[in-house]
Amino acid sequence: MDDTRDNPQTNEGRDEGRDDAHIGGRDEAHNGGRGERRHAGENRPASEVHPQQRNTGQDNATHEAQDNPQRAGSDDAAHGAHDDFRHWRVERGGDGVAVLTLDHASRSANVLDSAALAEFERLLDAFGRDCPAGVIIRSGKANGFLAGADVTEFTGLQTRAQALQKLRYGQNLMNRLEALPCPTLALIHGFCAGGGLELALACDYRVVEDAPGCRLSLPEVRLGIHPGYGGSVRLPRLIGDLPALNLMLTGRAVGGAQAKRIGLADHAARRDALDAAAAALLRKAPKPRRAPRLRRIPKIAPLRSAVAFFVERQIAKRVNQAHYPAPFHLLAAWCKARGGTLRRIEAEADSVAALFDSDTTQQLIRVFLLRERLKARARKSAPGRVHVIGAGVMGGDIAAWCALSGHRVTLQDRNAALIAPAMTRARRLFAKRLKRRAHEAADRLLPDPRGHGAARADVVIEAIIEDADAKRALYAGLEPRIKPGALLATNTSSLPLEQLARGLQQPARLVGLHFFNPVAKMQLIEIVHGAATGEQWLDAAAAFARSLDRLPLPVRSSPGFLVNRVLMPYLAEAMRIAGEGAAPETVDAAATDFGMPMGPLELADSVGLDICRSVAATLQRPLPRSCAEHVAAGRLGRKTGRGYYRWKNGRAVRSKSRAEPGRDLRDRLMLSLLNEAVACLHEQLVEDADVLDAGMIFGAGFAPFRGGPLQYLRDDGAAAHLARLQALAARHGEHFQPAPGWDALK
Amino acid sequence: MHPMNESAANVFIVDGCRTPVLKARGAPGPCSGADLAVAAGGALMLRAGIAADALDEVVLGCVMAAADEANIARVAALRIGVAQTTPAFTVQRNCASGMQALDTAAARIRQGAAQLTLAGGVEAMSRAPLLLNDGAVHWLAGLRRAKTAAARIKHIARLRPAHLKPVVALLRGLTDPVAGMSMGQTAEKIARRFGIDRDAMDRFALQSHRRLAHAVEQHHFDDEIQPLYCDGDGGVVEHDDGLRRDTSIEKLAKLKPVFEPLSGSVTAGNSAQVSDGAAWLLLASERGLREHRLEPAGRIVAVEWAALDPSEMGLGPVHAAGRLLQRLGLDARDIDYWELNEAFAGQVLACLAAFESHDYCFNEAGLERAVGRIEQERLNIDGGAIACGHPVGMSGARITLHALNVLRRTGGKRAVATLCIGGGQGGAALIETL
Repeated sequence: MDDTRDNPQTNEGRDEGRDDAHIGGRDEAHNGGRGERRHAGENRPASEVHPQQRNTGQDNATHEAQDNPQRAGSDDAAHGAHDDFRHWRVERGGDGVAVLTLDHASRSANVLDSAALAEFERLLDAFGRDCPAGVIIRSGKANGFLAGADVTEFTGLQTRAQALQKLRYGQNLMNRLEALPCPTLALIHGFCAGGGLELALACDYRVVEDAPGCRLSLPEVRLGIHPGYGGSVRLPRLIGDLPALNLMLTGRAVGGAQAKRIGLADHAARRDALDAAAAALLRKAPKPRRAPRLRRIPKIAPLRSAVAFFVERQIAKRVNQAHYPAPFHLLAAWCKARGGTLRRIEAEADSVAALFDSDTTQQLIRVFLLRERLKARARKSAPGRVHVIGAGVMGGDIAAWCALSGHRVTLQDRNAALIAPAMTRARRLFAKRLKRRAHEAADRLLPDPRGHGAARADVVIEAIIEDADAKRALYAGLEPRIKPGALLATNTSSLPLEQLARGLQQPARLVGLHFFNPVAKMQLIEIVHGAATGEQWLDAAAAFARSLDRLPLPVRSSPGFLVNRVLMPYLAEAMRIAGEGAAPETVDAAATDFGMPMGPLELADSVGLDICRSVAATLQRPLPRSCAEHVAAGRLGRKTGRGYYRWKNGRAVRSKSRAEPGRDLRDRLMLSLLNEAVACLHEQLVEDADVLDAGMIFGAGFAPFRGGPLQYLRDDGAAAHLARLQALAARHGEHFQPAPGWDALK
Repeated sequence: MHPMNESAANVFIVDGCRTPVLKARGAPGPCSGADLAVAAGGALMLRAGIAADALDEVVLGCVMAAADEANIARVAALRIGVAQTTPAFTVQRNCASGMQALDTAAARIRQGAAQLTLAGGVEAMSRAPLLLNDGAVHWLAGLRRAKTAAARIKHIARLRPAHLKPVVALLRGLTDPVAGMSMGQTAEKIARRFGIDRDAMDRFALQSHRRLAHAVEQHHFDDEIQPLYCDGDGGVVEHDDGLRRDTSIEKLAKLKPVFEPLSGSVTAGNSAQVSDGAAWLLLASERGLREHRLEPAGRIVAVEWAALDPSEMGLGPVHAAGRLLQRLGLDARDIDYWELNEAFAGQVLACLAAFESHDYCFNEAGLERAVGRIEQERLNIDGGAIACGHPVGMSGARITLHALNVLRRTGGKRAVATLCIGGGQGGAALIETL
């Protein structure tokens, strides 16, 4: 394989922390992972000295035992293989067991890219000639086992045949691993996702780390595909059909202990006992586990169709088949499964290759890469002390999330009674996420009515009312008390930073950290910089956002920043249409049919119509009359039980009968949003169009399978959209006037 | 003025705070002992601005920690965020465990073994476990021994309803195993001995509630109590919740005696409440103050212990405080303020009588003379355990902390905090402002 394609400059950043959300846990693992990062370039010399090492060190056990970490593939295993190994390390112990350690030379997280696979193939070749007594596959990275296949390699593929070829190549390696005559074992710590888990599934045994940070998943559906290295065949065989479908259709991760419980792992051990457990299991070499018969659903077409019918109904409740075909594809493939393992694995490749062909998949992979790009903005900062001022919904939830993420947090408000509701919500969040370990996060969250924590905090977050004078007054008292190196952040959702920084001794360190509501769900944080904000503080803010497992999106300070600003005309238009007499269900359906996760009126109700109004006011674009009327009547949305919808138990009550939204309705809504996105791009609020798309996808849930507003415009034809916008302007008025910037898109 | 240089090395109290005391309401309370200790300790460390690795030692008093909180001091310390390398240990001297923690911590500071120590007391009495009775334990052991199915069935048939009757650990703990008397019965005994009648007890109990209510209104606890946020429904407990503002002499008079139904005077109303709570004090040596740039609020001059007939354990304060003052060459007039833990109203009043009695002090407490008169104006002026509750392991630390706070508020110089100890002991601490 051609290794030079692995440009460390680009890969390094992109793959940093590609692990799947670790909450509140294994930060030392991340640090370890960073500690072990090596550039491909730095690794070269080691590879080059390798031949000499071999000459002197061959047959010399003591030399071997020195365990030079830079030593590439060891000779014993790969008898006759003359070239060096850059990503795999092989050690053969006295018991004849070969331990294969994957430590990707140019990535901080292990991935099965073509370079790593090619070396793996050579290892298998060598084992074919001289099979060891057993094989243990493990990771040399502190942060985890394997993040999966390298998605980027699948984006450039032009044809279905190319995809198929690549899949078959990987599958073949897994099949060969499975067919090795000796017992094989995957030793898993940290994350183990996608192709990584499929590799583990091809082993006879899996030993996992019994720790919260150990996450096993097959998240391929989230990229619009499904497992393609034999996982969709081997997983049901191991844990039963329905549990396997559940994991593959949702892409959710299971922890180490749970993996053992459901039969995915043969053994779960603490990290310090992992190696010993693996060795012991290989010595015992019991018959590899299979799902009990009762858990298997026979490959009888009518039976499987019946089951699929019910499963499909469940999926359809959550995703629209037209937008997200992958789960349905997977289910269909499962239904049609015939023949032996190998034959079914072949069919799996066909199914995945067809999905790679689809636009949805390409867009979802793009979204995945956008996420990686935002992540690459900064490395996670180490857990520190955070002081949050303002224990309202946002402040309280931010404090709780920070504590859950490992920071020690103090939460300040004027008195204990104002802090109490936030503490209750925090305890619920901790209980839900950490179960019996909830007190770990709870102990890190201290109510602090007198603000003692400010003086010791590394990050101070202000989340008080949206009033520039009040905020400035607060900063005036706060700034002299906080540490010189502390980041001063505001969670303002719309006030320009320049306005807030006035009067600060050190305006450079004021950064906007705009969290979205609900904090525990929304992945994006807008990192807002004013004219005076210093680069180092922006970096610190982004690193802090990463430490919260959030995606930092740098935005220039201007009213509404990016996400709220782009959303607001769309919400306003929905309100206007509702004011014209359309049923809210109809208005919202137009948006959800487009692929938005929630309709604009339901969103406005959820946020609170009063809040919407005040955000609109800072944008100097008042909302339509229908909204003002609701607010005047005290119908503020979900929180008062009444808004555009009636709300019951936190859910909007929808009437079943609704008119189908017409094309005009959809255009009015979506073009309002798209037009504002174009304007924001034109004003260069964010770095580029991709970042803008990422912001709208992760901050507002913009239909991911459409790749973001600007990507959608480009794919769908900007000129046509512009024409429709102009037509709308003629019919409905000024607010559809095309924003400057459309020309650049054409 | 008497020479007070009890020891060359000073032990300073830098600061202290506690949780509100939560009344046990028949069900396990919202917080475990460690939860309480963490809530108060975390707040104290934050307020004092002490880095987690600055502490040299953590000492916590606790009578009965939960099964999963063995060495509760260590559990609490780690959860507070104290460095892993800081040793922590738990001490137990029944009702004086919290004071024992202060004494032990102070002694280690005087030895030069520690410069900065977090010491306190905790108890979650509402979470005291229900235990299997002996019959049930033996039955279970037999079941484990039964190997065959038939033997097992036969054994199961031997299960009797009596096996299901639990042992209330709390009641066992409040019963003296040697004297065979409950704490309430010992209170009846000494009250009778000193002629304390029911009415006097009830009036004292009423005064305790009134004084606590007044102190709350005057915001005297604002610095002492760290609000507790674990009642689940968005609420917060800011004050001792056992306080009954609506109680009256008539209401108290209606309650039935608990320990001697026919002839007794000790009722639930004139006894300390069963409660949960935690209190911590931050203690430092002179060097500790200097190194961490801390301002002391007071100092622990000395702590004294004494023991007596377990069936009269309530008089322990007379023995302990008497010896303490005698050792330092002081008498009752030299003490500006007294905190005498209110285990029972009758017990407090009996102690006051005994303090004045030359006969008791000389003949029974082995003192040179009577300690003297302690006026109610110098005693428990913000109420006591009858109104706020007596989480056994906590109280010793709580009354010491509160005595210091009262001294600082009233401009006093010297205070004694003293309490009686189940099993027939007494403890007393002399503290001073600077």
